[in-house]
Amino acid sequence: MISRRSFGSAVALSTLILAAGLRQSGPGQAAEEPRRGGTLNAIIQPEPVSLTAAVLAAAPTGIVGGNIFDGLVRYDLDLKPQPELATHWDISPDGRTITFHLREAVTWHDGQPFTSADVAWSLENVWKPLNPRNPALFRNITRADTPDQHTVVFHLVEPSIALFGLLNGNGAQILPRHLYEGTNVLTNPYNLKPIGTGPFVFKEWVKGSHILLERNPHYWDAGKPYLDRIVFRVMPDGAARAATLEKGEIHYAPLSPIPLRDAERLAKLPTIRVGTAGYEWLTPWLYLDFNVQSEHFKDARVRRAVAHAIDRDALIKVVWFGFGKAAISPVSSSLKAFHNPDVPLYPFDPKRAEALLDEAGLKRDSDGVRFTIAHDYLPYGEDYRRTGEFVKAALKRVGIDVTLRGQDTAAFTRRVYGERDFDLSSSWSSAFPDPQLGVARLYNSEFVGRNVPWSNGSGFRNPEVDAIFKAAETEPDAARRIAAWKRFQVIAQTELPTLPLVELKFFNVYSAKLRNAVTRGDQIFGPLTEAWLDEPAKSQ
Amino acid sequence: MTASGFIQRLAPGMHWARRLGQLAFIVVGIAIVNFFLLRLAPGDAAEVLAGEAGAATPEFMAALRQQFGLDQPLYVQFGKYLGNVLRLNLGYSFRQGMPVSQLIGDRLPATAILMGASITFALVAGTALGFLAARRAGRPTDTIISVIALLFYATPVFWIGVVLIVVFSVWLDWLPVGGMTTIEAGYHGTAYALDVARHLVLPAVTLGLFNLAIYTRLTRASMLQIYGQDFIRTAVAKGVAPGRIAVRHVLRNALLPIVTMLGMQVGSILGGAILVETVFSWPGLGRLAFEALFQRDLNLLLGILMASSILVVVVNIAVDFAYGLLDPRVEIG
Repeated sequence: MISRRSFGSAVALSTLILAAGLRQSGPGQAAEEPRRGGTLNAIIQPEPVSLTAAVLAAAPTGIVGGNIFDGLVRYDLDLKPQPELATHWDISPDGRTITFHLREAVTWHDGQPFTSADVAWSLENVWKPLNPRNPALFRNITRADTPDQHTVVFHLVEPSIALFGLLNGNGAQILPRHLYEGTNVLTNPYNLKPIGTGPFVFKEWVKGSHILLERNPHYWDAGKPYLDRIVFRVMPDGAARAATLEKGEIHYAPLSPIPLRDAERLAKLPTIRVGTAGYEWLTPWLYLDFNVQSEHFKDARVRRAVAHAIDRDALIKVVWFGFGKAAISPVSSSLKAFHNPDVPLYPFDPKRAEALLDEAGLKRDSDGVRFTIAHDYLPYGEDYRRTGEFVKAALKRVGIDVTLRGQDTAAFTRRVYGERDFDLSSSWSSAFPDPQLGVARLYNSEFVGRNVPWSNGSGFRNPEVDAIFKAAETEPDAARRIAAWKRFQVIAQTELPTLPLVELKFFNVYSAKLRNAVTRGDQIFGPLTEAWLDEPAKSQ
Repeated sequence: MTASGFIQRLAPGMHWARRLGQLAFIVVGIAIVNFFLLRLAPGDAAEVLAGEAGAATPEFMAALRQQFGLDQPLYVQFGKYLGNVLRLNLGYSFRQGMPVSQLIGDRLPATAILMGASITFALVAGTALGFLAARRAGRPTDTIISVIALLFYATPVFWIGVVLIVVFSVWLDWLPVGGMTTIEAGYHGTAYALDVARHLVLPAVTLGLFNLAIYTRLTRASMLQIYGQDFIRTAVAKGVAPGRIAVRHVLRNALLPIVTMLGMQVGSILGGAILVETVFSWPGLGRLAFEALFQRDLNLLLGILMASSILVVVVNIAVDFAYGLLDPRVEIG
């Protein structure tokens, strides 16, 4: 999942969206021959803590480290797994044995050969104990056999379809066994100067200033990458980021890097493009968590009233500048197979909201106020604060008085996920290609009150939902699994512990000189193997 | 001669020993207060890391807490910290995976260059302007200088920074937007120094303009005050040239408050200049400390604070010493 801090200035203009991103679309463009060479100047913000996604799943780590590592598979723009370090794979009929055939003659950046032993070691020592998103997925693999250097066989307790949504270089990063074996993986010094197999080699990291990657001349995909160098510059100020983009010093700025007004202005320049492609693997969505143990929100009618009181289309237009789509279910409509459109809907209807509140016995007092709540908005900057203000205004209309509470991130997560001292909070989350990876944790009762950020903030406990998750995890039949997930969405939208608001779209800012920057669905955390500059980067 | 004066003459070492004792006492006191004060902030470093990752498991967070030593009782953590303080060990940042002293050392040159350049600029230009304004007090020159100084003083530093970037980097394309070097160029030697100098101009001027205003106003005010004193009238009466009076008699005596100000600024070097460093992507200490606060990287923050407090105390002693040099009437006591 993306770093939670980085979208402070997440900004969007529907008019700016080049839906296809920088994919080569026109026939004229497709004929263009990629050009070798040049330094790609990129912005990374905030500065990563580690460059190894296996030990820290934050977005900046994924963006920089994604260029240094490969995965067993990569995801195409339709989120289908495609060969990367695994050239092909076989799944046994019972779904309990998966055999990966690994690419031969791949070496780590220090020259050591990459073998099946690296994969097997990473599974046992990294993915199982440390995977932050879904370690259960890997613990379901009892053992990995390595019949030869280029074959690794996973033996699963139960079949797992979701596993194939998390096998890229970010979700299941393979670490070099020869450098990590016998060390504490979390504190291994190579986390800060990684050795991978990817198209770019780590060169230097000057903290607070920049991270420099250089072309891997021995990359297995001969002739690639096209770029000689990538410089990720740390630029903490949004206005400075906009200025440097405008000046043309930067070719690539991921993670919604600049404020809205600047995006609008810069998108009009012939030298700059704004695109939203490359985030498909994440599927981010924005929601409100009701504290279902709080005085007023323990009543589902009150939660439904809030849903009716908020005009999501207006929210998207006013706060998110059209950069998103109204969410009607916790499973985004972009996850077409899993999304259930036949759930209880909560169209904008203040009268219905007021009726529900009256029914719940919460009448308006002489000041027209039914009750007062505190709303802790996600402290990632402007857009989330404005979302909070929008919610406050919307609820005021139906007689709910909202006090907005701002704080820093550490205070926010402690309050919501630890102390549970809140009424209503906002957050965003990634669903990933399979809702088991990103959605289940928000509704699973296992996580309530365990002070684990971004896990079941509402405090929702529903035995049927827990059972559905458990069954869906091991269901070998794709259709039955999808049916279970559709059933979950009906319950989630009936009980409504969490109110889905917006299917978010994040954007990148590119220089018009940069080509082929998005060629895969997990591009944001993947390598810029195919990217090239149509003229050499001019150094100042 | 008083008894204490006698002792001082007899054993100047004793005075310094006493100052050193005060220094140690203050630094340890600050360290203890910091430790408990910072723990009032809700949340810890493990929660912040898990929060940034966007997903975590209780097992992962427990592993982090154990690694960071956050799973130990507070008195154990405090004991370890106090032990470090007494050995002048700044501690270890688990988040960054480096000793705090190394982190500070890596950032110190950037901050020292920025602060050094901006303070020098502000001191020289500010004193000169203040001098000019005081000599022309009440006349148009004075008014213009005072208005400009007030303007710089009242304008937010980050706003000046952004405006300078837009004008000199984006429109005129004379200077780079931010950073400290042209990374991809790989300069060495003189070329490298020139490159850093080019990057330094805007942040140093931005930071300097604010301080320039302070020095201008301070110089003007204290010079005017001294102009009103008897010994100046005496000097005028005995026919000393006005320029000589202004420099030798007035300015020299007016330097005391400026030295105080300078001391305060030098003492705050380790705190860096958060806003300017942020706007200009300058890899300095201010940002390091500021980010450490939000990241609940308390070891790093405590280390920076401790180094800062030592510096402040040392600079204070140096300022006292400078008083004595500038004005023999001031006794170090």
